[in-house]
Amino acid sequence: MSSRKFNALPGFGLTLGFSVLYLSIIVLIPVSALVLKSLQITWPEFWAVIKSKQAISAFKLTFGASLIAGALNCIFGSLLAWVLVRYRFPGKKLIDGLVDFPFALPTAVAGLSLAALFSKDGWLGSFLIPMGVQVTYTRIGIVIALTFVGMPFAVRTLQPVLENLDASLEEVAATMGAGRFRTFCQVVGPSLLPAILTGFALSFARAVGEYGSVVFISSNLPNKTQIAPSLIFAFLETNDYTKATAVAAVLLVISFVILGIINYLENWSSRFNQ
Amino acid sequence: MAGNLKSIQRKGSEIAEKRGTEESPVVKWTLISLAVLFAVLFLLLPLLNVFYQAFHSGLQVYLDSLRDADSKSAIILTLKVAAVTVPLNVIFGLAAAWAIAKFDFRGKSLLNTLIDLPFSISPVVAGAMYILVYGVHGYFGPFLMKHDIRVIFSTPGIILVTVFTTFPFVARELIPIMQSTGTEQEQAALTLGAGGFRTFWQVTLPSVKWGIIYGVILCNARAMGEFGAVSVVSANVAGETQTIPLRIDSLYLESKTAAAFALASILAVLALISMAIKTYFEWKTEREEALAQMVVEEPS
Repeated sequence: MSSRKFNALPGFGLTLGFSVLYLSIIVLIPVSALVLKSLQITWPEFWAVIKSKQAISAFKLTFGASLIAGALNCIFGSLLAWVLVRYRFPGKKLIDGLVDFPFALPTAVAGLSLAALFSKDGWLGSFLIPMGVQVTYTRIGIVIALTFVGMPFAVRTLQPVLENLDASLEEVAATMGAGRFRTFCQVVGPSLLPAILTGFALSFARAVGEYGSVVFISSNLPNKTQIAPSLIFAFLETNDYTKATAVAAVLLVISFVILGIINYLENWSSRFNQ
Repeated sequence: MAGNLKSIQRKGSEIAEKRGTEESPVVKWTLISLAVLFAVLFLLLPLLNVFYQAFHSGLQVYLDSLRDADSKSAIILTLKVAAVTVPLNVIFGLAAAWAIAKFDFRGKSLLNTLIDLPFSISPVVAGAMYILVYGVHGYFGPFLMKHDIRVIFSTPGIILVTVFTTFPFVARELIPIMQSTGTEQEQAALTLGAGGFRTFWQVTLPSVKWGIIYGVILCNARAMGEFGAVSVVSANVAGETQTIPLRIDSLYLESKTAAAFALASILAVLALISMAIKTYFEWKTEREEALAQMVVEEPS
């Protein structure tokens, strides 16, 4: 602040004032309402909701499925990013464009299309169901939907890091006699780790809050295939505002925690690349 | 010029192979096949499936499902919601980007973080928050009841949650662009006697044109496709408070799959257009950078 230069540009008060006002109306008031409302709930009430069988099962499913989806995104996202950055092959532009598709496509459409793909008459379901793999209305379907919506985050986080990777390090490793596999494990891998972890956290965060694509492919049965956002929805429909608030508050706190972790990972990642 | 660049790239990769910094062809093509197979099965099939399902009962069924009165009203409501949401978020995006990129102030990084907040909040939680504020039992509920204003379960509520979920898009695009252009051009315009508004219209706005276009497209696609938050605050009455995604959901539940996919195909086309413009936008900036580098390198 001490080195503040003279700034002749006008409109600071107006634009900052408007931004803060708009931010307050759209974001801060609703977030505070949820915080206030959850502070009015007593601890025993809160625990009764959170420790109920239905809530525990919903949280377990949400976090379990999101963790698996995040891990799958790490594996396939890294594969896609690596292939797209390092190799040239026919159709590369198309694949590169397709990566953004789950981000651009509305979640309801994604859910609808995935549900139809894996149904018994669907392109994939007509192969999988005779083999005994039931995807729609099961937890596998939830994992697939969550992996789909999180994929762009994993690929797009890793891609720029891979592009800017210093090629001379790999050359040095090769000159010193390291094989390609060893170079990958000991030179390339570690410098990609922060970006891969950031991609994991981003797609995990996205998966935890995801609702649209999951409701189409899952049967949303309490204690079985009901995810946490869908539990909030069910509580709101029956006017159980206290219960809905308790579950929503837990999800809100978790998304803040993940946001903090992502910020930390991004700082680490940018330090790593310098 | 492009051919020249390509031949340089090709030479580069041949050298890389000889240096031992590239995998053996077997490993390379196995990785490529795996990645392509995965992308086709997981990313391309869901896209193609939308259009296949929409059209496989014939064009007549497709057109009839779009002409259905409830679907039509869903399309109109969605257009209305986007028509209010996008301009609001563009104005906010411009104001926030101007304040954050052109000035230094206390709390700047906090403001920057808060702008991203809606991205990390689950749409259903967002909807629940708005019910707690504007619902009958919400904090503003009694006031709204007294003045006979309906927000939740009607159009204003749908618009509000859509504004929330698409809040960061335009600002996120504009802040880095405005930061990278700095303030010199505006300072020069002001010194030359242009007023504040003229400077903004003729200097700042043209330099962030592409950022605005891209932000609008992302914001619009998301606004038209928002499902979770809208389904919490909408009464979900066909012909009244159903947006396209809600209509898709209810058609699917009624087992009218072809009609559901017909509406879904509209949103899928919208997604494809957004992706095409994004690709063009990136290609354009990349080319400009490459050209700028060539101009720098040429004299030597």
